Amino acid sequence: MPVKGKIVRIAGPLVVAEGMSGAQMYEMVRVGEDRLIGEITRIVGDKAYIQVYESTTGLRPGEPVEGTGAPLSVELGPGIIGNIYDGVQRPLPLIAEAVAERDPRRKIFIERGIEVPPIPLEKKWHFTPGFNGTKPSVGDKVNPGDVIGIVEETSLITHKVMIPPGIRGKLTWVAPEGDYTVTEVVAEVERDGKKYPITMRQRWPVRIPRPFKRKLEPNTPLITGMRIIDTLFPMAKGGTGAIPGGFGTGKTVTLHSLAQWSDARVVVYIGCGERGNEMTEVLERFPKYKDPWTGKPLMERTILIANTSNMPVAAREASIYVGITLAEYYRDMGYDVLLVADSTSRWAEALREIAGRLEEMPAEEGYPSYLASRLAEFYERAGRVEALGSPERLGSVTVVGAVSPPGGDFTEPVTSHTKRFIRVFWALDTKLAYSRHYPAINWILSYSAYADTVAEWWHKNVDKRWKEFRDEVMRILLREDELQDIVRLVGTESLDERDKLVLETARMIKEGFLKQNAFDPIDAFTTPEKQFKLLHMFISFYRKAQELVQHGITVARIREALGRLYVEMIKAKFDIPNDQLDKIEELRLRMLKTLEELERKGA
Amino acid sequence: MSLYGVREYSRIREIKGPLLIVEGVSNVAYDEIVEIELATGEKRRGRVLDVSRGVAVVQVFEGTTGITTTGTTVRFLGKPLEIPVSEDMLGRIFNGLGEPIDNGPPIIAEEERDVNGAPLNPAERAYPEDFIQTGVSAIDGMNTLVRGQKLPIFSGSGLPHNVLAAQIARQATVLGEEEEFAVVFAAIGIKYDDFLFFKKFFEETGALNRVAMFVNLADEPAMIRLVTPRAALTLAEYLAFERDMHVLVILTDMTNYAEALREISAAREEVPGRQGYPGYLYSDLASIYERAGKVHGKKGSITQMPILTMPNDDITHPIPDLTGYITEGQIVLSRELYNRGIYPPINVLMSLSRLMKEGIGPGKTRDDHAAVSNQLYSAYSRGVELRSLAAVVGEESLSATDRKYLEFADAFEQRFLKQGERENRSIEQTLDLAWEILSILPEEELTNIKEEYIKKYHPKYRRRAA
Repeated sequence: MPVKGKIVRIAGPLVVAEGMSGAQMYEMVRVGEDRLIGEITRIVGDKAYIQVYESTTGLRPGEPVEGTGAPLSVELGPGIIGNIYDGVQRPLPLIAEAVAERDPRRKIFIERGIEVPPIPLEKKWHFTPGFNGTKPSVGDKVNPGDVIGIVEETSLITHKVMIPPGIRGKLTWVAPEGDYTVTEVVAEVERDGKKYPITMRQRWPVRIPRPFKRKLEPNTPLITGMRIIDTLFPMAKGGTGAIPGGFGTGKTVTLHSLAQWSDARVVVYIGCGERGNEMTEVLERFPKYKDPWTGKPLMERTILIANTSNMPVAAREASIYVGITLAEYYRDMGYDVLLVADSTSRWAEALREIAGRLEEMPAEEGYPSYLASRLAEFYERAGRVEALGSPERLGSVTVVGAVSPPGGDFTEPVTSHTKRFIRVFWALDTKLAYSRHYPAINWILSYSAYADTVAEWWHKNVDKRWKEFRDEVMRILLREDELQDIVRLVGTESLDERDKLVLETARMIKEGFLKQNAFDPIDAFTTPEKQFKLLHMFISFYRKAQELVQHGITVARIREALGRLYVEMIKAKFDIPNDQLDKIEELRLRMLKTLEELERKGA
Repeated sequence: MSLYGVREYSRIREIKGPLLIVEGVSNVAYDEIVEIELATGEKRRGRVLDVSRGVAVVQVFEGTTGITTTGTTVRFLGKPLEIPVSEDMLGRIFNGLGEPIDNGPPIIAEEERDVNGAPLNPAERAYPEDFIQTGVSAIDGMNTLVRGQKLPIFSGSGLPHNVLAAQIARQATVLGEEEEFAVVFAAIGIKYDDFLFFKKFFEETGALNRVAMFVNLADEPAMIRLVTPRAALTLAEYLAFERDMHVLVILTDMTNYAEALREISAAREEVPGRQGYPGYLYSDLASIYERAGKVHGKKGSITQMPILTMPNDDITHPIPDLTGYITEGQIVLSRELYNRGIYPPINVLMSLSRLMKEGIGPGKTRDDHAAVSNQLYSAYSRGVELRSLAAVVGEESLSATDRKYLEFADAFEQRFLKQGERENRSIEQTLDLAWEILSILPEEELTNIKEEYIKKYHPKYRRRAA
């Protein structure tokens, strides 16, 4: 029997109701005559404090509050991919339709109290029992996570219909191949004389991680096509990363590139308190863009969650959990999922706002004291895992969160706490952004704990010298940073020739390798092979030029001898496409030849 | 909202700052609008900020000066703050609450609308991509504005942001379209002189009949400032999405808005975020700035240009900082350039237009636009860096190439950036000018531009072709 109470107080997104004894913590409730969605965040006596996920304008004390008996949950099943949801898993296109029914002129706005199904209830999906050659038969013992059949959800995603967590027993019936809706029964499990119908739809509470067999070490790189990421600060499938930066440093462009190019199978993109047009951009572009790995429209592997900055603040808090739960669901099917959250700072601010209204004791900068533990819980839901059930499946959730530090100050609470729970840190730099060096990832402040673990993959699949070259590039860049301090005092001319070579090489690496144009058709995505070839070219230059300098040849002469070759090397990133790599090798050999000639002429 | 009709109460428990605490009320709705009648017969307006059983906290827009606990009547009007909207509002002047103050005829409402608006559904938005030519090189060439964008001007006190905003309002056109922008102008706590500047400007340009002005001056009640931009945007939404107009909204000065918000938050004794501003400043600003854009199935659009003065020219101050996180870029004015006599004093390195990439290129501006803009940025930033280096080590310790960069930086500021207040450059002129100054640099320094564009546009090859 669900609880029924009455509103006694309204203050912004916070509503207090009495007569709520028996309500559960984090239970989802319906608030007021408009039946707004809310969640209980505190219980005192028979009073419940409720954060409301829709605008509370016009609510009055005395209006009813009704419990639903269950915590805030998502619906899982085919139809999630390609959808765009609000923060509590309502499809935005359906909201528009429902609003239009009330008043066609209001269609473009989001109104309150709309109830729409998260996944299409009427649509028929083609269900095929069995998976990977195994066919379930009546009498089989089944356990949570076992795949009993498949549905082609999109041309990229084969949806596995799994026994939901918590159900085990004997299979008494499996539906024959055919078309079914998500509410029709496709199998039946019996245990202790009780029958459990299995449909293609299951529910899961968002604040509880979905179960798996065990966690594994993330050791395969998530290839993103972005050179500074893949080569210098690699991400691993199942890893965690943060990308902090002041406004205008290119967080969103970088995250869009990740969503667009990375070799994940499913991408969950959460726009948490960000701009409406950014979600629109993804929504309009992704159906047209091709997945670089399969050639299919990108939208067929993408799930969008949009709680833009002007949408109700409490739903911002929920959107993160909704997103990660959807990601875990596809992980359980055996997919590598990338979850991108833009921005976790807005989520933290939503926590702060709700905590403030609850009059909780604030910690640093007004954030609640549990900020760190919430961040930890969130990032800990990432990982590479062996999924429950059979057949055996490995899946992963990679989590990348944007952080928007006020004033670009990385010592603020959200950035500093996030750093404790992530293993890749891509620090965006205002100064680089001002000179339009994108991606503006600062190579001194950034780090990746996966550089060593993914080296094996590079050595096996690309070239054995990868780690050696990568480390050498890092050394050149670090040395250049030190030298810049000296240059600022005495200028470049008085430097030693060896140091001048470091400056020159670093400049070539920055211009010709690190800087990457996300909107250029050739430059936007670089294959691992091309990345290595470019790296090889710049390292070969540096090593050969070092020899020349030892023989007394000045850097100015080297630069002069290179002439147009210098420009060609820098422009190779956008002049030479991914499928013509011998041209880079040819360029490298020409460069070496030129330097050898110069060497022969001597000092 | 269900209507309970008008209810009157007169038990006032407490008056503090702009807040009234009224007891013995029933059926009061959150965010409901109230009318307060003083013992003297004077009427004021307010809004419900917090309601619990029997008690309502009311924010009084005109301030609480002169209000007494006895003899005052508070009337709850049973609806949120609404303003009438109509096409006839163009050419008129209103106060900060949307009431006419120009002695003109009353507005015959085509509709009454809640000033708070409702969030646009992201799935219904259309991505903005129509290039607006403002005639200002630093904007068109490097920080392109598109229709439906929200692009603020970050300024400092005394800098010519008004002149620049006026120049943009006068010159803004979408190439190939005759239609002019309708302008909705919200003065938020600005000085009378600033208001007069805009009023005179609109009169002189003959634009007054397509401008609606909402005016709250510096000496008027601060609480009204929380309503002024919302009233203006409510009209803008009506004109854009019901009347198919392209609307340019100028909001000045958003700093005054944020200060008013801080004042009310402090009066309510809320837990403060940074520098005393409430923790919800971001969400609150977003509820204003996000009311811009284009939608599918409607012809009109809202382009927003908020102006804010950065306290002490500090871009990391919470107001510009949070604004920058919401808006689609920013135009930053620089005191240093202004002092050197450069108008418009736009610090291009700190400025940004996030929607630029979709608004430029072949068919919109020119094929070389993106590459030229990137090259200008990277060359100018290097020039500025070398300039400060030269100040320490002397120009002679720079290499010949580096000295070319210094020359480039000067030419950039004096020829590209600097232009007249009435000088309207076409995008072709802007890009050709860019090539001219880029040709100061050795050709192999142009590493951001593909060979084909160099061959097509570099003055060296163009002259040869001609």
